[in-house]
Amino acid sequence: MNAQLQPTGSAYFIARDLQQPESHTLSVIVDNEPGVLARVIGLFSGRGYNIESLTVSETEHQSHLSRITIVTRGTAHVLDQIRHQLERIVPVHRVVDLSVRATELGQERPLERELALVKVVGTGENRVEALRLAEAFRASVIDANTEHFIFEITGKVSKIEQFITIMRPLGLIEICRTGVAAMNRGPEGM
Amino acid sequence: MESMSNATSGTREMSGAEMVVQALKDNGVEHIFGYPGGAVLPIYDELFQQEEVQHILVRHEQGAGHAAEGYARSTGRAGVMLVTSGPGATNAVTPLQDALMDSIPLVCISGQVPTTLIGSDAFQEADTVGITRPCTKHNWLVRDVNELAAILHEAFHIATTGRPGPVLVDIPKDVQFARGIYTPPQPAPRTSYQPKLEGDLEAIRQAVALMATAKRPVIYSGGGVINAGPQASALLRELVELTGFPITSTLMGLGAYPASGPAWLGMLGMHGSYEANMVMHDCDVMLCVGARFDDRITGRLNAFSPHSKKIHIDIDPSSINKTVRADVGIIGDCGRVLDEMVSLWRETVTADHAALRPWWSQIEQWRARDSFAFRPNRDVIMPQYAIQRLYEMSKGRKTFITTEVGQHQMWAAQHYGFEEPNRWMTSGGLGTMGYGLPAALGVQIAHPDALVIDIAGDASVQMTMQEMSTAVQYEAPIKIFILNNQYMGMVRQWQQLLHGNRLSHSYTEAMPDFVKLAEAYGGHGIRCDKPDELDDAINEMIAVKKPVLFDCRVANLANCFPMIPSGKAHNEMLLPDEATDEVVATAIDAKGKMLV
Ligand SMILES: Cc1ncc(C[n+]2csc(CCOP(=O)(O)OP(=O)(O)O)c2C)c(N)n1
Ligand SMILES: [Mg+2]
Repeated sequence: MNAQLQPTGSAYFIARDLQQPESHTLSVIVDNEPGVLARVIGLFSGRGYNIESLTVSETEHQSHLSRITIVTRGTAHVLDQIRHQLERIVPVHRVVDLSVRATELGQERPLERELALVKVVGTGENRVEALRLAEAFRASVIDANTEHFIFEITGKVSKIEQFITIMRPLGLIEICRTGVAAMNRGPEGM
Repeated sequence: MESMSNATSGTREMSGAEMVVQALKDNGVEHIFGYPGGAVLPIYDELFQQEEVQHILVRHEQGAGHAAEGYARSTGRAGVMLVTSGPGATNAVTPLQDALMDSIPLVCISGQVPTTLIGSDAFQEADTVGITRPCTKHNWLVRDVNELAAILHEAFHIATTGRPGPVLVDIPKDVQFARGIYTPPQPAPRTSYQPKLEGDLEAIRQAVALMATAKRPVIYSGGGVINAGPQASALLRELVELTGFPITSTLMGLGAYPASGPAWLGMLGMHGSYEANMVMHDCDVMLCVGARFDDRITGRLNAFSPHSKKIHIDIDPSSINKTVRADVGIIGDCGRVLDEMVSLWRETVTADHAALRPWWSQIEQWRARDSFAFRPNRDVIMPQYAIQRLYEMSKGRKTFITTEVGQHQMWAAQHYGFEEPNRWMTSGGLGTMGYGLPAALGVQIAHPDALVIDIAGDASVQMTMQEMSTAVQYEAPIKIFILNNQYMGMVRQWQQLLHGNRLSHSYTEAMPDFVKLAEAYGGHGIRCDKPDELDDAINEMIAVKKPVLFDCRVANLANCFPMIPSGKAHNEMLLPDEATDEVVATAIDAKGKMLV
């Protein structure tokens, strides 16, 4: 029997994909030209892949290369397809599955960091508590008056999630997150 | 800038519109298919002032696209279409997607509103690169005339190399007027686009070793072999000969191996032959060359060829392991990989054709089921009979066949014998009704002396009928052989299979008089409804030096068999002699009904 390999979407795919879905972080090096991000995003929406986080910025100004970091979820087979489909896009130079690479290097996962700005409004007890917790999380205050703080926090996604959960009852009113930046540990470049 | 002008290298100053025409010439283009409008007038003005590139004026941009596809498939070169902004470009979407799904090299040049107006909802503005992004291999909006030449050359390069496909270059009108430096095609393509052509030798070795041990092998080939050029087909034939393996092919791959060849099993898949599908199901080693395990081919995926080791050759890495896991995946150009395979086989294997004898005798038993058989009729023309006669009367010539989409398309694939590659053009992946007539036009423009026949359905042919006018204008004597069953036959068949034979909107109430229609266009009309008059009528069609609409009245309610019903496996085919009305009505279960 052939293992069922793809989610539905085609005439004969009745059986479900039996593999366990996992979250992986991909690094995609692209020519920084108009439309390139639309191509990448269009591929994900068009083929029904999901995006948990996406960041992009030009990283090599002289050669106009951008690095896109995508956190996506899928079975090993779907993740493989995503990588191959990304590689078909003409301005895509390289696609590296950092999670797979980390496993090859004997590491649990790649280095992943995110930055968030968190605005908390309140007075009295709540305000004191918010500041105390922010210190514990090593978040810094980057704007404040007598009624609010804006905290800047950097770290693993889980840390940021936790910080947000804790701040919510203390008057959190606005969040902005950058999405994940990632690379593999160790001396080798990608 | 004068100092830069250099006649030998071809670097010169010119307008953007001149660059378009110059780039066409420098990329070896002889014909383009197009339709003018405000946003491409500067290019049309340049076309007017030269004779090297011939422009074929179609009647609808969709027609231009399919004509360019037919041109491309029959020549192996890029097809080119030229359209205006807005509606011109949106009309190009269907052929672009068609070419994407069937891997056809198609270059579309579209006009755009001037750069200063982009984004302002200007007259005839559309976000053409946005709309066509998912239906092209790549596309460009050109904002600087000095980049235009390089982009056009790159467009041809990308369309024709690797896995071929459609590309689009959107050129704002001010860029067409602007003057800049034209550069000739450069051999330095961009670094991010490097298709892998040579297959990994170690993988090819593994494949050959696996093939050498096979007791029940099959070769399953597809459009990739056709795309890899005639040499690839020759190598495929050589491999079949050397190995003694049976061979089947997809709809797109017909002609790579000759239908008259001894190892030929017929097409496989939903309406493929019983023997081809049974061989696929029972084989122990499958060599898939340039095909992609499409759902029309595999049937129910988790019952697909359960006992085989699979070798998959494809130029597109994403095709390998996409739906079916390959035991040996080989990324590369089919021609080059087949070349290596043939040499390796010669060097390392002493073929034991005798060991395959039990397999072949099993195949002969399946063949004896004669799964394409149909009940002959003396009073009514059976559609299958019409194709058989058409084949018999046109086979000695240089004949090209295009089709529309529906039952007639499947009957054509089943009953017309293709001996050569590039002689068969059909819309496989997208299944575009209206493809065949303009595709035939494109083929005829490329091969003025050939016999070009569109095997058409009465419904499909009305989708792009207007291109008859183009055919008359350019004296392209295309033959439109309509299997007129008065129905959207394939839809009717599915309604019978799935929906209690409630024929919702699949009957054509007001059929035009195709003979009068042909005459109205300035072509030639023929009608035939008697089996014993058919041969004469076909002879007349072939002899007439004009575009012909042939209204071939066939049995209205014939069904296309054999068939793998939706959700079923290869070994659960519905054969023509078993397909009673009752069986047909219950062939597909509730799960299968969900599928297309
Ligand atoms: C543009 C387009 N619209 C709808 C369909 C769905 N469709 C597939 S076959 C078919 C009927 C074709 O009828 P006809 O051309 O008469 O061919 P027949 O099946 O009768 O031989 C239809 C409507 C399609 N393939 N393409
Ligand atoms: Mg019909």
